[in-house]
Amino acid sequence: MSINVHDKYKPLTFWEQLYFPTILSGLALTVRHFVRNMFAHTLRVLGIKLKWPGSVTIQYPEYLRPLFPRLRTLHRLAKREDGSPRCVACMMCETACPARCIYIVAEERLRHPQIEKVPQIFDIDLGLCIFCGFCVEACPEDAIRMDTGILEIANYARTGMIMNKDILLKLEPDETRFVQYNQEGEVVSTSILKQR
Amino acid sequence: MAEGIGIILLKFGFILLFALGLGGLLTWVERKQSAIMQDRIGANRASIFGLRLIGLFHPLADAIKMFTKESFTPASAEKFLFTLAPAISVFFALIGFAVIPFGDKLIFGDTVVNLQVAPLNVGLLYLFAVAGLAVYGVVLGAWASRNNYAMLGGMRAAAQMISYEVALGVTIFGSIMIYQTVDLQQIVHLQGGTFWGWLPAWGIFMQPLGFILFLTVGIAETKRVPFDAPEGESEIIGYFIEYSGMGFGMYFLTDFVETVMISAITVTLFFGGWQVPYLLADGFHFPWGEVWLLNNWTVALFQIASFSLKVMFFLWLQMAIRWTLPRFRYDQILRLGWKYILPISLLNIVLTGIVIMVLK
Repeated sequence: MSINVHDKYKPLTFWEQLYFPTILSGLALTVRHFVRNMFAHTLRVLGIKLKWPGSVTIQYPEYLRPLFPRLRTLHRLAKREDGSPRCVACMMCETACPARCIYIVAEERLRHPQIEKVPQIFDIDLGLCIFCGFCVEACPEDAIRMDTGILEIANYARTGMIMNKDILLKLEPDETRFVQYNQEGEVVSTSILKQR
Repeated sequence: MAEGIGIILLKFGFILLFALGLGGLLTWVERKQSAIMQDRIGANRASIFGLRLIGLFHPLADAIKMFTKESFTPASAEKFLFTLAPAISVFFALIGFAVIPFGDKLIFGDTVVNLQVAPLNVGLLYLFAVAGLAVYGVVLGAWASRNNYAMLGGMRAAAQMISYEVALGVTIFGSIMIYQTVDLQQIVHLQGGTFWGWLPAWGIFMQPLGFILFLTVGIAETKRVPFDAPEGESEIIGYFIEYSGMGFGMYFLTDFVETVMISAITVTLFFGGWQVPYLLADGFHFPWGEVWLLNNWTVALFQIASFSLKVMFFLWLQMAIRWTLPRFRYDQILRLGWKYILPISLLNIVLTGIVIMVLK
């Protein structure tokens, strides 16, 4: 169904040109919201909680809203079962990165039959990163992932925005931040979290 | 016995506190009411020792910020007028309250106190004079800051306020024709009593069209949304663009005090001022014959409370209108003022005249 753009330029009807009826109908809408929300707030103060809240606000620093699982949040480097990084320093992510924010220096992995390389340096400059997720798609080893649920990335200096290998390896996925689904794909929980 | 200077000063202090207190509180009301209308919570972060009190400290925080901020004067500004203009603006907004009656008579020993700061017999004309001077603060400030945007805002304010000044005078003529007086205390007295024994004899039942027109023009006079073309924060920022600190604060306060002022005049002219339905000077006389006798002090308290409640209702209504409607375009404002409101208010005068003639 498309919207007929010409409808927007219809001349006003006589009723609309009178100003006051349409102003009153607009006022009725906002006043209805005011009365309903004020009722809910008053009852909350008196200790009665209604099913519908008086506002849709999530009080952010104290409460966090659930994130969609596909949301791209801060990167992390996944580990193997023995704790070594999954990354094989193939430079695929560095090549795919349109913002050129990844910097990798490879070194030889000793005493391992299959894996030949590991990163010696793996830096991501978050000041440059555009969170496009191409690095995640490019990675053949599923080593770089964006599922930490960390959104608050801020620093006083540009150098502080550079995440090195040790930091990225320490990060873990935070499933509580995301909307949970069951096997059938139905939403299980979308609860608003109390901060830490 | 005549009132002493002390009693006059007390009345003066009361009405000043009333206007300034409500004006200050309106910054909180504006935040909270708009939030509740839009399904939000609104400002609630300012706290003293962790006590938030539903955001009531935000006006206080605002005041501290305004007073401690640097009051900057641009190098090319006309320094004397630039400093004077906000004061003029807030002064003319405040002195209008002198003629607003907020109660009948308070008997105090052998002194009869008229609950009105200045019992002027030309009260309504005085109000028009004050409202007409209010534009000077705006235009002076805009002109003295020597900024093109401020200048545009000032010109818009002049055009808007002067065209609505005319309509403001004409919308009131209907009420003056009915009450045959411009003394506000007397107008309120004439709104006592009832129609057909049960309907309070308030002005709105005699001047419904006049009431709607007056409220529209009144909101236009306060320069707030939907009539905030002089400010127009998304296009020209407005006549106070060069003001910072308390200079800006005074202009801001003026808008709120004028909102209180318009509410007070609306209540006085159309909603019986301090009149409580069925309350006479000696107590309640209900239409079903019951009588509750009250002493003079209780009656006065009822009257002051009634006046305050009515004013607060109209503040609420003005806030609701302000947060419902978008800004009119500049040409729409002038067209509405000159081509619709002025002719309709002239028609209102004619209709009122015909009705008065027929009833005689």
